[in-house]
Amino acid sequence: MTDTTELWTIIIALGVGSFGLRFTFLGLIGDRAMPEWLLRHLRYTAVAVIPALVAPLVIWPTATGGEPDATRLAAAAATFAVGYLTKNVFAAMGVGAAVLVSLSLLF
Amino acid sequence: MAAGTAMSSYWRGVRDGLPFIVVVAPFSMLFGVLATEAGLAVHETMGFSIVVIAGASQFAALQLINENAPTLVVIASALAVNLRMAMYSASITPHLGPLPLWKRGIAAYFLVDQTYAQSVLDYERNPDQTTSEKFAYFLGVMTPICPPWYLFTFLGAVLGESIPPSLGLDFALPIAFLAMVGPMLRTPAHRIAALAAVVLALAFAWLPYNIGLLVAGLGGMMAGAQAEVRLGTKP
Repeated sequence: MTDTTELWTIIIALGVGSFGLRFTFLGLIGDRAMPEWLLRHLRYTAVAVIPALVAPLVIWPTATGGEPDATRLAAAAATFAVGYLTKNVFAAMGVGAAVLVSLSLLF
Repeated sequence: MAAGTAMSSYWRGVRDGLPFIVVVAPFSMLFGVLATEAGLAVHETMGFSIVVIAGASQFAALQLINENAPTLVVIASALAVNLRMAMYSASITPHLGPLPLWKRGIAAYFLVDQTYAQSVLDYERNPDQTTSEKFAYFLGVMTPICPPWYLFTFLGAVLGESIPPSLGLDFALPIAFLAMVGPMLRTPAHRIAALAAVVLALAFAWLPYNIGLLVAGLGGMMAGAQAEVRLGTKP
């Protein structure tokens, strides 16, 4: 576990950084246009970073010491499929959690 | 009368923001639960939700803290998840830009996915609003979204303290993220960005300090931008 000083460093840096990102254009740049190439990259930040964060966790879960695990893979596949098909985050979370819990109880 | 119309804009915003509480409440509660499960005290968990006030990046930071990633990597990765806020800021500036600086500061702090999306939708539907009506509407939308974000984080944190850590919530965070990914894949370019990011993340998972995540994130963004140009699709 990260210690208290490090934790608050993270919280404050993230707070300042997030506020900076939100304030940059509104507060400082005004309504000057951003270059199109930059906007084009910014559009894909969340859809790139979040799958990149989650993929290794699904294939090599921390709890199994990095061994691929059928229960977790099935729960991940179900969550993703429901989210993709329904576009509903909470339906996806619900189904994923249900698959995870029921398979954990079965095996 | 200006004050009267600003007041009615505020209440119109409250009404339009109210449905979002269905999204905000469980999401912030889950953050509270998982943060305390990860060993954070209630006040530290609240610090996250009040100081950072950005759902997905709070979850990202939490996951990396769990993995004992170096502080700088935690900060860089979680901020990368928040880069879209700069886009929101640019996009709302034509509407709120004329406000005095301190009001723009307040708007910036409360600029989250839901307040942004709902406000810009309304400004485009009703273009004849004055700047102060637009600001009042924004504050109205924020009211049922941001204070509940704090409140439900707190409830989740208190609840989390009473759940035994052995209950195996280790996979709840990956599930929460995966649930967010599906609805994001709106266009072929988004799907290509996500796919490239996943392949790179797995290929570079061996890099120390979770640097693979940054490589994969940047690579995915570039793949998405390239795909958009080549396929000629606009999001």
